[in-house]
Parts: sequence; structure tokens; C-alpha cells
Amino acid sequence: MYSGQNMRPNLLLQCPSLSAPTLLRANLAQNIRWITSHQLRAGFASPAIGYEEKELDLNEFLIRNPVATFIFSVAGDSMAPGIEEGDKVIVDRSVTPKTRDIVVAVVDSEYTLKRLMIQRGRPELHADNPAYKPRCFDDAEQLEIWGVVTAVVRRYS
Amino acid sequence: MNAPIFTLVDVNNFYASCESNFNPAIANVPVCVLSNGEGCVVARSKEVKALGVKMGTPWFQIRDLAKEHGIIAFSSNYALYQNMSQRVHSILRDMSPDLETYSIDECFCRVDTVAHLYGGVDEMGHAMKDRIKQWTGLAVCAGSGPTKTLAKFANFLAKKNAVFNGVCDLISMPKPERLRWMAGVDVGDVWGVGQRIAARLRAMHINSVLDLRNTSPKTLRAQFGVVMERTGNELRGISCLGLEDVPPPRKQIIVSRSFGAVVTSFDELRESIVTYASTAAIRLREQGSVAAAIQVFVSTNAFKTDEPQYSASHVVPLVDPSDDTRELIAAALAGLKSIYRSGYWYKKSGVVLIDISSKEIRQRTLFDDDEARDRSARLMAVLDRANCEFGRGTLTLAAAGLAPRWALRFSKRSPRYTTRWDELPIVK
Repeated sequence: MYSGQNMRPNLLLQCPSLSAPTLLRANLAQNIRWITSHQLRAGFASPAIGYEEKELDLNEFLIRNPVATFIFSVAGDSMAPGIEEGDKVIVDRSVTPKTRDIVVAVVDSEYTLKRLMIQRGRPELHADNPAYKPRCFDDAEQLEIWGVVTAVVRRYS
Repeated sequence: MNAPIFTLVDVNNFYASCESNFNPAIANVPVCVLSNGEGCVVARSKEVKALGVKMGTPWFQIRDLAKEHGIIAFSSNYALYQNMSQRVHSILRDMSPDLETYSIDECFCRVDTVAHLYGGVDEMGHAMKDRIKQWTGLAVCAGSGPTKTLAKFANFLAKKNAVFNGVCDLISMPKPERLRWMAGVDVGDVWGVGQRIAARLRAMHINSVLDLRNTSPKTLRAQFGVVMERTGNELRGISCLGLEDVPPPRKQIIVSRSFGAVVTSFDELRESIVTYASTAAIRLREQGSVAAAIQVFVSTNAFKTDEPQYSASHVVPLVDPSDDTRELIAAALAGLKSIYRSGYWYKKSGVVLIDISSKEIRQRTLFDDDEARDRSARLMAVLDRANCEFGRGTLTLAAAGLAPRWALRFSKRSPRYTTRWDELPIVK
């Protein structure tokens, strides 16, 4: 998506390719060889030809608005069992937070992951884990919400 | 054809804002970013500006001040800045497709064809500011005017005067008010007026932006040449610079290629990266610029889905911004080493020069060595002449055994929050 691991340079970089004639020829030769060998191998034509689709893309599934989306790593168990330590949360800043959304908020100069509950116009941050007490704010001005969690990713191994 | 309207959008204290955006503990703390090698201040938060710290100040000079006021210093985190810059630019491109990326944190947009969608130029400026703030967390200022020079001036006003709330539109502003603002700003703050020209202008009693605007084009041309004549015209609202007219110094240079044959070994990749870094360095010198970092990337063929897939990139900062082929190659190879994995069929590789600036206005840093610079400049000139005369690639550099100038102390670099799985921000 962006620079970094697993980015796709061919999508990101919009610079015209600089192929010198020699490289073009090399490419062409490569393609021809490939096509030839492919044809030699041909037996029965696949009945699925013409129905190929794009591979499933998890980025597309998990991220609606890439430029506004950031990924956080979770520490602690305040949102357990739904979200556990080490999970990655997908945070979309372009989503307007509403009651019952899981949000990343800034409290006491730290990021905190909680469920936003709006009670009679006043925001509260609730942990899903009952061991933690909710935190109430006098008005929306007092609470800085960094972004709304739109997905959780967990790898088991 | 509409009369042009330009909006200049730039991020406030860009590097410092990127740092505090991902670290709430430093939200209202004085923060500065140092050039690589922890030399000099290259970016300041508003709190550091308020303490009177100037750009380019060596860190050791402000160490006591830093202790006293709790200034936090970071090494430059180009992976983060580049990523945030791409986000800002792509938000703007969505809103106003006709745009010129002027630098890592500045964009000129030509908005006359789209402003009505937002209810006007001023409203569009606010819409840009609000969307960038919400989507990225970064605060920007937007300045609009009938010429690029006036857009730049409007942006300056928006940044320096709280009354504008970050957005200044000179077009909807009544003329007397516009002239009043012009009278209040020093001529040296006009886009394209350097210190030397500003001094000469003042000697001619041209002290404010308004004075310059009111100077006859003939005088400006006779005294300073066509460039200043054009600046004068632009200040009067006559658009002389279109979107691409100004920025030949490219702010990013990319050299990449797909391989003709499958490449698997490190040595082959190394050869390609050396070649690309050399080509990129030549382009950099052609435009008289230096780069502060180099990004290396490799990838397999994404279309051959039956083959194992791998793609990665790495940004390596340079100790000093440089145009020296040797330094760029050394840094690029360090980057390649960190991302190379054996066992893949590589299809493409490339380098990207990042944070390019003019060689003349390059910030001086602690590790600057004038004599070495001169030697390097002479060597590069020989290299370029030979390659120009006999064809590119006539003279290249042996990639091995180079001084590792890219070997940096990363102690104070913040995590690469947006590009590394193992450096993500933590939420509790």
C-alpha cells in the first residue's frame, strides 16, 4: 500500500519505465519463449478460461480508505476476549465515531483501546473486560478520539 | 478557459507533526528533528520555534536549552515522513486532480475548475484542511490566490496570523484589505526573493510586499532580470507561472526496471541497484540537487501467482544530503542487504531518491567536510563529463569497499509507525 514491507512498487511508483531497447528485446524474447513452451504443453483447453478473477485481497477486505487507515498493535487485556494482546487493529480516521464503536482514544497522553458509549450526550469509554471500570467525560470536547477500529487481525501461528 | 486560481497547501511543522501524531506523550512538548547523524535542527514544533531555535542550528549548541525546556530531539524518520506525505498528497489529488507536488509537505492545486463543488475557494481551502486533519491527524494551512506567488503569500498569511484559522483566500478578500496585508509583510518573505535580492530591494526602499508589487515591471526587469519582473507581475495578479512551470528540481527521482530474465542472487540484484543508484545520482546532479535518503525496493513477479511472492523496500538516510554516486550506492546497498531474501525469483528492483533539495540551500551539518565535498564534486564532474561524452555507463564505480557513511546512529529515530509490522504504534 505504501512504502515498506510488502508494498507493490509497480502500483506505487508512477514513473515511466526506462527500458532500454536491449531490455525490451530481452523481455520480448522471454515472453516468446514462455508462450512457446506453454503451447507445447497444451492438452485440453480448460473450461474455466475466460472466467479468471482477481485473487482475494485482504487489504481490500479490511481497509476501506487506505489514506486514512493506520494499524496499531494491541497491548493488555482491557478488550478481551474480543481483542487480545498482540492483535493488530485497523483504525480508520475517516469514520465518524458513534456509540458502541471500538475506538483508539487519547487518555492521559496514551493511546487507549475502548468501546465508546454515548450516554445522554456524554462520552464514556468502556472496556469489554469487566475487570476495568468505565471512564466518563463531561463532554465530547474533553475526549480526543484518534480513530475508529474497523477490523481486528489475529494470526494464530 | 477559467482564470486560474491556485491554492498552496502545506503541512504545519511537517516532520515534527509526524512525530507527535503517533506519540501522544509529546503532543504539546517542544520537539525537533535533527538531520541524519544527529547534526542540526531541520524541523521544529511550534514550541521549539517559540524558544527561538533557528533552522540549521547544530544540536550541541542547544543542548543546554534542550535540557532546560525538555526539548525532545529525533533523528529523521524518512520512512514515516514519506508515508504521511503520500497520504496528504493523495487526499489533495482526490479533491483537486490538477496539482503539483512542490515538496514533501507542499502542494500547489489549481482549483478554479473544482472550487464550486465545495461552495467556493475559501470553503474548499477549509474542506482540504479539515479532511487532511481528520484523515491523517496533520494540521495544514491553505492559501489561495490568482497566481502561484499570491497563493504562496496567502499561505504565509494563513500560517502567521491566527485570525485566518489556517485558511486565507486572497480572491474573496476586498482589495484594500489585501493591500494592507501586503504592506505588513517583509519583501524577503516573497516566494523567490532570496536574502541577497531582498537586501538590494531594501536599498531601493522596497521594503514590503506592497512596495514590490508597486514597483514598475520595467524597473524590476532592468535591475534584477525577468524572474523578478515575473514575480512583480504575479504579485499584481497576472499569472505567469502554471502548475509545472516552476519545479524542474524534482522532489523525488525514481529509477527502476523489470528484469529481462529472472534474477535470484544477491550479486545480480546488487549490480542492478548500483546501476540505478548511479543513474539516479546523475539526474540529481543534472538538476543541481542533493538527496537526504534513498529507498531501495525489490519484488517478485506478482502476476506469476504460482511462484512464491515477496516484495520489500527500505529507506536508508544519508549522513548528509548528498549527490555523490559513491554515497548513494553505499546507502542503497545497505538497504538492499536488509531486504534481500534468497529463494525468490525477482522481477523488479529500483531506487527512489527522497527529500531532494537544492544543493545551494543545503543545510550544513556537523559532519560537513568542505575539502571532501570539493574533492567529491570534482570527481563527480569528471564522471558526468565522461559519461556524457562516451555514453552512460562509460565510467562507473566499483561498488565494493566503500566507506560506510550510511552507518548511522539510529538511537533517537522514532518507530516507523506506518511501514513496519514490528514498529506499529501500541494501544492499550
